[in-house]
Amino acid sequence: MSTLEETAAGVREALPGSEVQLERATEVMTINIGPHHPATHGVLRLVVQLEGEVVRDLYPVIGYVHTGIEKSCEDKSYWKVIPFVERMDYVSYYFQMEAFCGAVERLVELQIPERAKALRVIHLELNRIHSHLVWLGTTALDLGAISMLWYCFRERDKILDLFEMSGGQRMHTRYFQVGGVIEDVPLGWEQKLRRFIADMPVRVEQYMALLDRNEIFLNRTRNTGVVPRDRLLELGVTGPLLRAAGEPWDLRKVFDYLGYGRYDFRIPIGTVGDNYDRYRVRLAEMVESVRIIEQALDGLPEGPFIADDRKYVLPPRSELSTSMESLIHHFKLVTEGYRVPPGELYYAIEGPRGELGCFVLADGSAKPARVHFRDSSFVNLQAFRDMCVGGYVADMIASLGMLDPILGGTDR
Amino acid sequence: MPDAAGLELIRAEIAEKHPGAVPATSFEHGQAMLVVDPEQVLEVLRWLRDTPGQEYRFLSSLHAADYLPAEPRFGVHYELLNRDRVERLRVKAVIADPPGEELPELDSCVELYPAADFQEREAYDFFGIVFRGHPDLRRILLPDDYVGWPQRRDFPVGGEPVLFTHNEHETAGGDS
Amino acid sequence: MEVERRKVRGLAPLEQPGTPEELRIRQLRARDMLRGDLDDADIESYVEERVVTTRLDKLLNWARANSMFPLTFGLACCAIESPIALVTARYDLARFGAEALRASPRQADFIILSGRVSIKMAPIVRRLYDQMLEPKWSISMGACSSSGGMFSNYAVVQGADKFMPVDLHVPGCPPRPEAVLYGFTKLQRKIMGNPDPGWRARYNAAGTEEWARGGAASRPSAEEAEAYRAARELLNA
Repeated sequence: MSTLEETAAGVREALPGSEVQLERATEVMTINIGPHHPATHGVLRLVVQLEGEVVRDLYPVIGYVHTGIEKSCEDKSYWKVIPFVERMDYVSYYFQMEAFCGAVERLVELQIPERAKALRVIHLELNRIHSHLVWLGTTALDLGAISMLWYCFRERDKILDLFEMSGGQRMHTRYFQVGGVIEDVPLGWEQKLRRFIADMPVRVEQYMALLDRNEIFLNRTRNTGVVPRDRLLELGVTGPLLRAAGEPWDLRKVFDYLGYGRYDFRIPIGTVGDNYDRYRVRLAEMVESVRIIEQALDGLPEGPFIADDRKYVLPPRSELSTSMESLIHHFKLVTEGYRVPPGELYYAIEGPRGELGCFVLADGSAKPARVHFRDSSFVNLQAFRDMCVGGYVADMIASLGMLDPILGGTDR
Repeated sequence: MPDAAGLELIRAEIAEKHPGAVPATSFEHGQAMLVVDPEQVLEVLRWLRDTPGQEYRFLSSLHAADYLPAEPRFGVHYELLNRDRVERLRVKAVIADPPGEELPELDSCVELYPAADFQEREAYDFFGIVFRGHPDLRRILLPDDYVGWPQRRDFPVGGEPVLFTHNEHETAGGDS
Repeated sequence: MEVERRKVRGLAPLEQPGTPEELRIRQLRARDMLRGDLDDADIESYVEERVVTTRLDKLLNWARANSMFPLTFGLACCAIESPIALVTARYDLARFGAEALRASPRQADFIILSGRVSIKMAPIVRRLYDQMLEPKWSISMGACSSSGGMFSNYAVVQGADKFMPVDLHVPGCPPRPEAVLYGFTKLQRKIMGNPDPGWRARYNAAGTEEWARGGAASRPSAEEAEAYRAARELLNA
């Protein structure tokens, strides 16, 4: 009972027979937060109706970084689509590459070699750790734990060094191609990776030591932003948000793609489904990703890193001077691109924010007729209203951080 | 994924309850698809969601595609998922483009699957497909006053020609 | 006993800096100045050696360049590289004086446009830029804000200089933080008053373009010439 109600009850007791009515003078103020705001993860605009500090209603306005990627993709040959779709959800670029390449591989029924699968898994899990580090740094910054940003980005720079060694660029490496990966990893990459995975669990423990029992952090995140599990499922929410509410749903375990069934890893789930559980789930996921990388690296098979089918995969450059057929294949692939037989397919993987699905409609030509991404941030944003209504504005900021929207994926 | 035989069983069962609702099925690359008559899309979805034994309660994705020049032109895809049996099923509603200025219409499934809220708005924003019964159907990603449905195949990609030294002085602002 | 007072005059102590003789000479000259024994020319040279004189605006520009307040503004992928990665420990922007990122445009000096500017966002970016107080600068980071980048389509503004003045463009997709730092130091030199020459001056390439060399583009048709003239008028109007 609020103090007002207690007072009313006390008055009714003291003066029996009196009429005490509570009247709240509600003034609901509509406030616009964003699209340029230090606490949003990207250009998200929230129109919030506030009564005092309590959020009564809100709706998000998105589209401020809408880039028309899906339309641009229809204009490009299939391998040129890969750099485009990378830039949708710009912290988890390997996942978009995997979703698209996996969809096209299934459309053309191309098997990728085992080494490529393991390399893909390693890069995907590194990207998952990278995404969670960016999330942790920026969310802690929003909540006031400013120094976490520097610690998380220190680790992130190590991951980007690894990406640069293998893919040539820190971000948006276009490392995955249809058929496998574009290049094998260089010498010294494995040692550097091993040093990283030896170091990472220690760092995660340091983050936990900083934030787990921090009283301010607990006050901000405990029991805030709770949405029951069934409501989340109705809204189509997946990923750490769903797992924090207690549902053990992870596409890596359920749909065994890229050989994830071989690796022994656990899925962290929460109990209450509040912001604190979401934080703990993501931190635990970082540790599990390190375990997967270690197993994949230990069991990294020798062999080709890309499939052999010259209809879809570039031949190695050493062959171009000796084999006429390779030259013709190379020429056709580079100028026109490979043709995909007509069909449509939806392929979903577990991204760091949830189910990342790619729908490819092929019409037989060298350019896709439709590329659509079911982006997890886009669908998860539907739950944001449920998370915030009835709570305080400060809890809304905490929920926004824990929701982890990446507006590039939301807006595409 | 229900296999090809399972797919035919589902189709037969739906045909009993709602005749004519599923004119075609397709089973390609291991993915099962029901092609559905657009007027009965809600009944089919409700049957798939509520019938014990089917129970596709999770809507993974709702997206539209433009099959121009094939007719009917628009296809709205519902990617359904049964999480207990781990089976995906796709339902495709094909709508024709009405002549003139009218927009194609389809019933909204927001009451069945609240996950469809933003996704139907996106399909409206990009293709102009109106979802009857949607509580708040307006543009979501493009500016509110944008004219045109960009993702249709006959909408141009846009953009500008690239500036080189031979044409840089022809565009405003292209001075060194 | 007679104390001999000698004036130290006409020597150049700085020719041998740091030696004991030089130190002694400086001490003696300081003694003479304090006693009032230095006369006009000596006093002037004494003062000049010790006081840095400059014009006030040079000083202001130096101060502005070395203490810029960036606006926390990130649009898309480039935002993760900068401002976020730029201010973190490895590519520290604080060592150039730009540590204090301000969230309010009224308090910020310069804006790094990091990321693709969509048509919905462009008026808001323009409003932010207008809200910033003079003097202000802008860096267009990455290919997307410099020229639309890879997204030549209906949804992306093909270059931020279509709607706001940009002082510096940094190429890359995304540019490495070191590239942005190089651009930042270039901007600092521009603020301090000695901007780096553009590529045309640096390579002596002005006049090598097709339209200047007598190629086909230098002989436009009548409509093209008219359209160009009209466009230039619009631009200069």
